[in-house]
Amino acid sequence: MLEKGIKELHDELKSKKITSNELVKESIKACHDIQEKTNSFVTIIDDATGTEVTDDLLSGIPYGIKDIFSTKDILSTGSSNTLNNYVPFFDATCVANLKKHGAVGVAKTVLDELGMGGTGTTGHTGIVHNPWDLERQTAGSSAGSAASVACGVYPYALGSDTGDSVRKPAGYCGIVGYKPTYGMVSRYGMFQFASSLDTVGVLSRSVEDAAIVVDGMKGLDKHDMTTWDSSNIHLYESLNKDVKGKKLFYIKEICDIENYKNPSEELKEHLNNFKDTIKKCESVGISVEGVSIDRNLLNALYPTYMVIYGAEASSNMANLTGISFGPRGEGSTPDEMIKDHRTKGFSPLIKRRFVIGSFVLQRENQEKFFLNAKRVRRLIVDKMNSLFEKYDGMICPVGTGPAKYLDDSKNEHNKENTVLEEILQIGNFGGYPSITIPNGFINNLPVGVNITGKVKDDVNVLNMAYALEEEMGFKNQIAKEVK
Amino acid sequence: MAYKAVIGLEFHCEMKSHTKVFSGAINGFSKKPNQLVSPLDMGFPGTLPVLNKECVKKAIEMAMILNCKIPEYMEFDRKNYFYPDLPKGYQLTQFFNPVGTNGKVIIEVNGEEKEVLIHDIHLEEDSASLDHLYDTSNIDYNRSGVPLLELVTEPCLNSADEAIEFLEHIKRIYEYTDISECDTKKGQIRADVNVSIMDEDSKELGTKVEVKNVNSFDSIRKTINYEIERQTKLKESGHYDEVVQETRRWDDESGTTIHMRSKADAIDYKYFTEPNIPRYKITSELLDDIRKNIPMLAHERKEKYINEYNLSLYDAKVLVKNKDVSDYFEECVSLGSDPKSACNWITTRVLAEVNKKDDTSIKDIFITPSMLAELIKLIEDKKITNNQGKEVFSKMLEEEITPLEIVKKYGMEVIEDSNLINSLIDEVLNENTKAIEDYKNGRTNMLDYLVGQVMRKSRGKANPVEAKEKLLEKLK
Repeated sequence: MLEKGIKELHDELKSKKITSNELVKESIKACHDIQEKTNSFVTIIDDATGTEVTDDLLSGIPYGIKDIFSTKDILSTGSSNTLNNYVPFFDATCVANLKKHGAVGVAKTVLDELGMGGTGTTGHTGIVHNPWDLERQTAGSSAGSAASVACGVYPYALGSDTGDSVRKPAGYCGIVGYKPTYGMVSRYGMFQFASSLDTVGVLSRSVEDAAIVVDGMKGLDKHDMTTWDSSNIHLYESLNKDVKGKKLFYIKEICDIENYKNPSEELKEHLNNFKDTIKKCESVGISVEGVSIDRNLLNALYPTYMVIYGAEASSNMANLTGISFGPRGEGSTPDEMIKDHRTKGFSPLIKRRFVIGSFVLQRENQEKFFLNAKRVRRLIVDKMNSLFEKYDGMICPVGTGPAKYLDDSKNEHNKENTVLEEILQIGNFGGYPSITIPNGFINNLPVGVNITGKVKDDVNVLNMAYALEEEMGFKNQIAKEVK
Repeated sequence: MAYKAVIGLEFHCEMKSHTKVFSGAINGFSKKPNQLVSPLDMGFPGTLPVLNKECVKKAIEMAMILNCKIPEYMEFDRKNYFYPDLPKGYQLTQFFNPVGTNGKVIIEVNGEEKEVLIHDIHLEEDSASLDHLYDTSNIDYNRSGVPLLELVTEPCLNSADEAIEFLEHIKRIYEYTDISECDTKKGQIRADVNVSIMDEDSKELGTKVEVKNVNSFDSIRKTINYEIERQTKLKESGHYDEVVQETRRWDDESGTTIHMRSKADAIDYKYFTEPNIPRYKITSELLDDIRKNIPMLAHERKEKYINEYNLSLYDAKVLVKNKDVSDYFEECVSLGSDPKSACNWITTRVLAEVNKKDDTSIKDIFITPSMLAELIKLIEDKKITNNQGKEVFSKMLEEEITPLEIVKKYGMEVIEDSNLINSLIDEVLNENTKAIEDYKNGRTNMLDYLVGQVMRKSRGKANPVEAKEKLLEKLK
């Protein structure tokens, strides 16, 4: 039953074939069933109960919540030891909004610690395994959300996306990952990572479900000054497959196989598959052209991202002192207590990022690193905006192939691949709407494709994905191996 | 050898507003800790700052009054450092783009005008407060997020007198605009004081010493004088190299400043612009709106009192020194009192009463402006005499009832019955033939004696002016 989409589940509930309570219980059981193999959850909310089924599509239906969101009276850890006992007394706005629609949160999912990381391996409760192949990564940071949705334990789960944290795991897990335009959904109550990049997103198994969920979460919030009024935007109602005349571009430097000196077989297949997807775009009426972007600008993408997120994260996470929440550190002075809390609480990866963040913000380095990174970000966004004047969006493959191995020694490390691996960060630089959908299989593992469009043009982006999804036929796929 | 002192001030003042500057918690004063707190004020994960428009407007208003340049956009920056009273791990302030820069104000010091240059004024949030006990420290988050205005002068002041006069001037502006109460007892003001000395004829500045967190005008005066003396002594004894760039603090008990940290320990605050607050356009409409609503300030009221009400400079200064007093005066005038009478009553009897006790404001005493206006009217209408007025005033304070009630209770009303006065005058004239003779022989002061006799017979209820006029007529 839970493998169905939101609309079908709604019909089942409405026709009383199943009650909300039964559906929630079934979902909780399914969560327990996949936990041992995938380690998707920090908390399974065993005492969650059904809600009244109304005409609201989300009512009565269970879903998962990335543990980076504050949930009232429910442990919210950010998958970090610095918050391993933190129980918020308020809901994140997006969670509160879904609650108003009658949605039922049944699990808090594992992430890379505090959202920082892209492997699903750094959470304080352990590694998340890809349900298509348990030896593989889910990618991150919305690792548990992606794995659990791919297993079909509920139709959707919340994610957060600072670089590609919703869209990359969606690609690796063969599902849909949608990051709406920055400010469409309130960030209030979502633990801050890099505020100028952080976006609430959703993982689901269809474009339709992603649209329904974001409709239910979005809106102006008096607690988040970066939200904007989207009351005239109705994503679900606006869905239609008439995309004739739409135009997409892809970046030749990273999408054409001729531009790689030593491409792996996987990358070749991945880019070949991408070419097939482009043909499918054309068959639904979307034209696709290759464009060239200055290599220097492309190469600057990842360093720019590192500098900006490091700087913002080092400051955002300075509230984690263990004084008024989180486990208290030991020591005879407050300084010692703070130091102890942070030394024990954070994993080495995060500490390295903090060092980078502090370094680039230091008086003598700020101009060279931080301010230059902001300028490069502006250059990249300006370039994208000028392309968006001519095109409805950018299409690109997600990552350089299917999910990587958890055992990193089995992975191929090729510097040539960096830009393609990191390209989705462009979506966060400009706050663009961006969606990943599955577009095929390589070695029996799912791969994804991404469409990124203009700010506030979410309807257009979703429609192109909607038409393409139909044409490709990977909608609602489940990683059955785990069940 | 004479040295010139060079002083710069950083003056922090807590603002008045309904809610805190970035959260919805009440901005108020509570003796009970942790009552006025929102999740943001404690730095809970996922909480975001929301800028208070009321504070922005007041900050712009102050920048205007200080003749500052106002930027196109309102922006905020994070000042990053770890301290237990700083729950977010940073303070939101305005580092790169303050709400006002390059301002100036003219103040009067010992009868002479002095121009004080303002480096900048910026809007920021206060930290929580710490209470250190024997082996624990308590944190009170009531103050966390309270709006602060920090005003930074150029090093252009040359004495404690100038510094204090400047601060008094600024304090009056805060009070008259209702931007801050500047209440020392509630810890609403704090200053960092920079002091150096230099040779009178030199152009080279001396070594600057910073004294942090001085929290009353009296301590600021003492700090400046102490530092000038300390640095002068070292210079005169040939030990000027012992004056180093450092941060000190004022110790009230010993009356000295004490070393806190040297310049080498200075923290790098790693400032960067707060990404959660979109920059806010300061439109010309907003500026016009704020400019229109700037109330009349102390020096403007002073001019008005001198030019329109013909008060003396001295009286006008006394009235405007404190906004509550000036408001009290203006209310009396608006209730119809003659400005000069109101001024006389306030500057003598009313303020004497206010000054009897510490911690008393003109708002606290029983006599309200409307009561004073009533009293003045009774005298103007000749219902009671001036002397009776003074008695009524004292009785109002003693018995806490209104002037009319007192006049009734003690039967003080002036006799308006002419026949009765006439007969009293006749009685007096009959009884004082000797005095009349003296008067006619040129002892004009006997007239006052006779008036006094009439007043005595009427038990003070006769109108002395009327009695004098009638006596004169009969003595012709």
